Amino acid sequence: MNDLYEVFVRGKRGLNHVHVGSLHASDDEMALRNARDLYTRRNEGVSIWVVKASHITASSPDEKDPFFAPSADKVYRHPTFYDIPDDVPHM
Amino acid sequence: MTERSEGINKHSTSGHSSDEGGLMTAVAETDLARHFEHTIERDQRIEPRDWMPEAYRATMIRQIAQHAHSEIIGMQPEGDWITRAPSLRRKAILLAKVQDEAGHGLYLYSAAETLGVDRADLTTRLIERRQKYSSIFNYPTPAYADVGVIGWLVDGAAICNQVPLCRSSYGPYARAMIRICKEESFHQRQGYELLMTMMRGTDAQRAMVQDAVDRWWWPSLMMFGPPDQDSPNTARSMAWKVKRHTNDELRQRFVDMTVPQAEALGVTLPDPDLRWNPERGHHDFGPIDWDEFKRVLRGDGPCNAERIDRRRRAHEEGAWVREAAAAHAAKRRTP
Ligand SMILES: [Fe+2]
Ligand SMILES: [Fe+2]
Repeated sequence: MNDLYEVFVRGKRGLNHVHVGSLHASDDEMALRNARDLYTRRNEGVSIWVVKASHITASSPDEKDPFFAPSADKVYRHPTFYDIPDDVPHM
Repeated sequence: MTERSEGINKHSTSGHSSDEGGLMTAVAETDLARHFEHTIERDQRIEPRDWMPEAYRATMIRQIAQHAHSEIIGMQPEGDWITRAPSLRRKAILLAKVQDEAGHGLYLYSAAETLGVDRADLTTRLIERRQKYSSIFNYPTPAYADVGVIGWLVDGAAICNQVPLCRSSYGPYARAMIRICKEESFHQRQGYELLMTMMRGTDAQRAMVQDAVDRWWWPSLMMFGPPDQDSPNTARSMAWKVKRHTNDELRQRFVDMTVPQAEALGVTLPDPDLRWNPERGHHDFGPIDWDEFKRVLRGDGPCNAERIDRRRRAHEEGAWVREAAAAHAAKRRTP
């Protein structure tokens, strides 16, 4: 049971998988079974992903300045960047 | 050293990670501390890979581990009644409740691991009595009514303690508490319903409920911890927002909530000083035996040795399962 797995659950059809926590298992199959018992005892999900924590590459919450900077300086990615006259419908 | 949960694999962009500690100047450390405090002031959550003061990390590890141990040890007093429950319905409910407590323990070990500890290590610390668990689980459950009273009073007190922890400043702990609180309400209600059923029964059944209430009432009040004047860490924990109310505030809230429930049930809470105080807008209640609390916490409660011994045996007797699972996984990896 020595591998740490992160668990993601799709709450219902139409939603993304969301991280719910972690668990230990000795292989993928056991991780999936344990995840079912641990995180979906009350219909919390229709689909589960388990992934070894060591396979995840993550940024830190505090890295947002340099790491996410490229997403902040492209205002033209947002619909509000464009002026459309008020009398144009359905826009 | 263990992997940390929540994706600790390091991304290469800068950031403040502990392995840069050797290069970190005092100035940088002050900056980090200010950033940490600022995050808490704005009611934002601290997340696993954030810089945090070592004292905060140590406090959170201790708090979460103790909480996890309490859930795990807490399965024992009630677990004894699973094979003796009076009906299939009650057995199924109790089984589900005890399984939930196991789940709570695992959510919390998962949260503790995000702080860089390993859960196997935490189990060792529990078995070796180097870490504590809630004093309440060192009391015996000689009667079936104890199952109902535990659900009503012990889970009730736990709910009082845990609801504010859903806003704990440490993100993984707060999220675990949200899951746990959702499940606790079933625990309390099944206990109360069980007691209502017994109170509609025979005189002997009613006496059994009253006896259980008499035994569990004071230990339940002790679950909130020592009085505020003897709780030196409260101020710092409040400043860090890992604690949102003082022990005495939560205890008072629990008493006020429980008195009308006891009336509706038809039992007497064993405290001659318990009465409504219109000036305070709260119930006054009698003095708590803090010597008993300290004794039980020190290890001299009625069941301390038995609880730890059983946890140790379960761990040791389960070793072959862990070994077999590891061997099976290894065999499948080599084609
Ligand atoms: Fe629980
Ligand atoms: Fe519970």
